[in-house]
Amino acid sequence: MSRSRRARQRLFRWVVLVLLGAFLLVPIGAMFEFSTRGATAGSRTLASWTAIPTYPDLVASIVASLQLAVITSLGVLLLLVPTMIWTRLRLPWLRPILEFICLLPLTIPAIVLVVGLAPTYRWVSYYLSDSVLTLAFAYLILVLPFTYRALDAGLSAIDIKTLSEAARSLGAGWATVMLRIIVPNMRSALLNAGLLSVALVLGEYTIANLLNFHNLQVAIYHLGRADAGVSIAVAVASLLFAFLILTVLAFVGRPPSLVAFSEDA
Amino acid sequence: MSSVETTSVRTAGRPSSGGRRLPLSWVGAVPFLGYVGVFLLLPTVIVAVGAFTVGDGYGLSNFNELTQPFLVRSFENSVILSASTALIGGVFGALMAYAVAIGNPDGILRRLVTSACGVLAQFGGVTLAFAFIATIAQQGFVTLFLLQHGIDIYANGIWLFKLPGLVLVYSYFQIPLMVLVFLPALDGIRPQWREATESLGGGTWHYWRYVAGPLLLPAFLGSSLLLFANAFSAYATAAALINQGGIVVPLQIANAMTSEVGLHSASFASALALAMVVIVATVMVLYSLLQRRTARWLR
Repeated sequence: MSRSRRARQRLFRWVVLVLLGAFLLVPIGAMFEFSTRGATAGSRTLASWTAIPTYPDLVASIVASLQLAVITSLGVLLLLVPTMIWTRLRLPWLRPILEFICLLPLTIPAIVLVVGLAPTYRWVSYYLSDSVLTLAFAYLILVLPFTYRALDAGLSAIDIKTLSEAARSLGAGWATVMLRIIVPNMRSALLNAGLLSVALVLGEYTIANLLNFHNLQVAIYHLGRADAGVSIAVAVASLLFAFLILTVLAFVGRPPSLVAFSEDA
Repeated sequence: MSSVETTSVRTAGRPSSGGRRLPLSWVGAVPFLGYVGVFLLLPTVIVAVGAFTVGDGYGLSNFNELTQPFLVRSFENSVILSASTALIGGVFGALMAYAVAIGNPDGILRRLVTSACGVLAQFGGVTLAFAFIATIAQQGFVTLFLLQHGIDIYANGIWLFKLPGLVLVYSYFQIPLMVLVFLPALDGIRPQWREATESLGGGTWHYWRYVAGPLLLPAFLGSSLLLFANAFSAYATAAALINQGGIVVPLQIANAMTSEVGLHSASFASALALAMVVIVATVMVLYSLLQRRTARWLR
């Protein structure tokens, strides 16, 4: 590569990254700035941040969203992991159908899904419960495409056929094969899928708002009309939390190594 | 012939199932299929059937209502918004992806950019709307800063809460999404192709015009289509930024769903929703066709 071309490339690279980086970072910085504004121009205060616990509705919605995040991420793993393993091992004809179903929510946007879910939710609230936690039913569907991809990548990286046949020939039952052989070999894919669901649930607004449930985002929105400073402070906090989760994911969520079975020899 | 042979032929044909002694293996898929049946497929059917429900019977009159001027306007706005942010996001996202791709593939910068893009592409809704309100609304950080330097971005009226504002805000999550979906295509470009061009006497222009450009075009168009679908179906950001009226289709669906006026509003919402699914699905099918075209050369 010629020297002048390399210099040109480097210049291009930095100009693009700095300009677009600024576009992406300034709004986040501006939220910090806005949430720490004092009464007079130029002064700084943390009043908006310390006022967060004084809004009981807000605190309740934070708790609800955190509970929803845990229920959804565990629920989707419980639903999807056994089905995906079973499909790969025993029902290969089902795999394309499974993939189609799991990726379907990408084509059926949340705003469309909620139109069809409204009658179902009337039934759920009548026979089951009208708690905000019932939102987990819908969230499980919303996170399907993302968790499916993460888990599929994890399962493709290990030879589950050989692993399960080896375990079966040594007398293990199917439960043992799944829980003690395959699941430990896809830990990082499970973590990946779980953390992605947490991040998605914490940011969800569409379904909660249109089904009249108060989750974190709905509460932030309503608070925004009464006290913009506090609502923006909570928004920054929730964003930072999502950043934290996804940064953990970026560094932990590498493809699982195959060390697990070469050590046994 | 003997039964032994028949059996062996069958097993050879279906090596993975071995399910003749255990014909109940499909039961393992029942919990999942039951769940998605109730919470994904049933709602879809409800929308599809609802769209054709008129009173107690069936008909197409819900779709006739879609031609009302204010709805046609919303569809136009949605298409303008999605197309322009797909283009803006596509171009700037591709530039950013290229800036990342020419660097060290294992470098910290690439890692940082891709993981940040992963977060920001999902960053929408209320938080994003508030971020832009804090940035460039009348009391925003950037607005005030520019005012101090004699630039009034709202000299011709406040555009943040109108279509131009949505274009700006949507670009915020479209650019990172483009980086994520376009980077694999750029990684598929091999340095040898450039060297081959140069050994044949071609310069930078020839390389981009005859080699890299045609190879990357399907990937670029495909990724832009994904961005279009993404913007077209986004509700939360628009709803949080513009609280009344129905500037785009998703807001109209929400209005129809929550409106108390008229008994037919549920089936009307379904008709709008179905129209939206048809558009998004068409775009997604085109996207996957272009992805397949891309995969032929790259990767």
